[in-house]
Amino acid sequence: MTISVSPEAAATTTALRALPLLCRNCGAARDAGPAAICEQCLGPLEAVYDPARALPARDAIAARPTSLWRYREWLPLDGEPVHSPDTGWTPLLEAPRLARRLGIARAWVKNDTVSHPSLSFKDRVVAVAINAAAAFGIHTIGCASTGNLANAVAAQAARAGLEAWVFIPHDLESGKVAGTAIFAPRLVRVRGTYDDVNRLCAQAADRFGWGIVNVNLRAYYGEGSKTMAFEIAEQLGWRLPSAVIAPMAGGSLVTKLRKGFGEFLGAGLVDGALPRIFGAQASGCAPIARLVERGDDQIVPEIPRTIARSIAIGNPPDGRFAARIIRDTGGWAAHVSDDEIVAGIHALAEDCGIFSETAGGTTVAAALALSRQGRLHADDELVLCITGHGLKTLEALGDISAAAPVIEPRLREVAALAAAVGS
Amino acid sequence: MSITVHLPTMLARLAGDTHALEASGDTVGDALTDVIARFPALGPRLRDDAGKPYGFVTFYLNDEDIRFHGGFEAPVADGDEVIVVPTVAGG
Repeated sequence: MTISVSPEAAATTTALRALPLLCRNCGAARDAGPAAICEQCLGPLEAVYDPARALPARDAIAARPTSLWRYREWLPLDGEPVHSPDTGWTPLLEAPRLARRLGIARAWVKNDTVSHPSLSFKDRVVAVAINAAAAFGIHTIGCASTGNLANAVAAQAARAGLEAWVFIPHDLESGKVAGTAIFAPRLVRVRGTYDDVNRLCAQAADRFGWGIVNVNLRAYYGEGSKTMAFEIAEQLGWRLPSAVIAPMAGGSLVTKLRKGFGEFLGAGLVDGALPRIFGAQASGCAPIARLVERGDDQIVPEIPRTIARSIAIGNPPDGRFAARIIRDTGGWAAHVSDDEIVAGIHALAEDCGIFSETAGGTTVAAALALSRQGRLHADDELVLCITGHGLKTLEALGDISAAAPVIEPRLREVAALAAAVGS
Repeated sequence: MSITVHLPTMLARLAGDTHALEASGDTVGDALTDVIARFPALGPRLRDDAGKPYGFVTFYLNDEDIRFHGGFEAPVADGDEVIVVPTVAGG
């Protein structure tokens, strides 16, 4: 299908060039383009970086603006980005109470709940994909999404002045639907699971030639996730933690964390060992965690049944790669119940002052489960990747305000409450 | 019995640029065998060396993943549609 080009978008292509691609499965090369699948074997394409390119030193990176573009030499574009210049560089917070809860030396939260502009780590991948779209002169982007990606695509397309087609399961949490619809994309609610939506988008990208960020722009899009690893290393003072845990939906984030840490080791920006990489899923949709447990190489698809909608992908496209990386780095994967997920949201909020959506609750709960299993060590320094804000999934918490007393505006009522708690 | 097998553009190129092929058979596997007999270049992109579904495509029978219905042994009926979609998408 021919990709349509707007005059305005085409004007941006002169300064920005996307990198060529290589098949991760068979090694076949192809020119840069809106393609994620090898024409020879249908395997996944990846951007190819010039190994002789000049790489910046620590101080040069540190002097750059605080966005993910400070790592531009490891992102799959040549030239200045034309869209989303200020995404990335979220806080890394030390979490001593969480470390005690986990029985480890130190813990940090990589807090993408405050990612700009849409409060999830999906802002990172869309920032890269929307610039790849600009490099190709594509004026219509889109996505299949469990919610966070929908928010990110709609917000960044609105700012860039691009048309967006956003496909989501029809029954997503209201915060995620509103957080998409407000940007006035062409929002389509599909009767089915995310996997149904994803299959439909793969067919739509094939038919209509849109730049679906997680279909035909996926080779570029995925690279944005590496910036979470780069930021962790830099924010720790140019070193790596001993362990990292991340939620798993399609499995891509785990693979890109591994790639990002490896690239910084290769560039000499950090030294030491790769972190052990751990993955977190909900028991109601845990095809990657179960693959790690089984130790074979075949995903068994699942029909999701969990409150953790943002990571409810029953047929994860990077599941095999993620499972292999988890095992190769000496990590593991855990899956947790919906009750544990809610408890994890509360624990993160009460220990760290961070309000996470269900994926973050899953990550905290999985870390606790891994600790109980003895897979985390007393001397571990663990980074928990918390990927989306809790206001997106309020439904998971039920009527959380019910425990708050309602009083008249009289001091004696406050005094009674204070006396009851011994204040 | 007539089954329609829908191919993505990349695989349609191996089938005379035809996106929708008519096929016959009692199972998804039979229908694909019929298609491969006419367009042998499709074979390695639909089945692996062991005859199982090729790893980089997912097969749907009337919009449902065949792995929930017995894989290639899933029975088909007249008018059914088999949709072939590249696996590398989403997430």
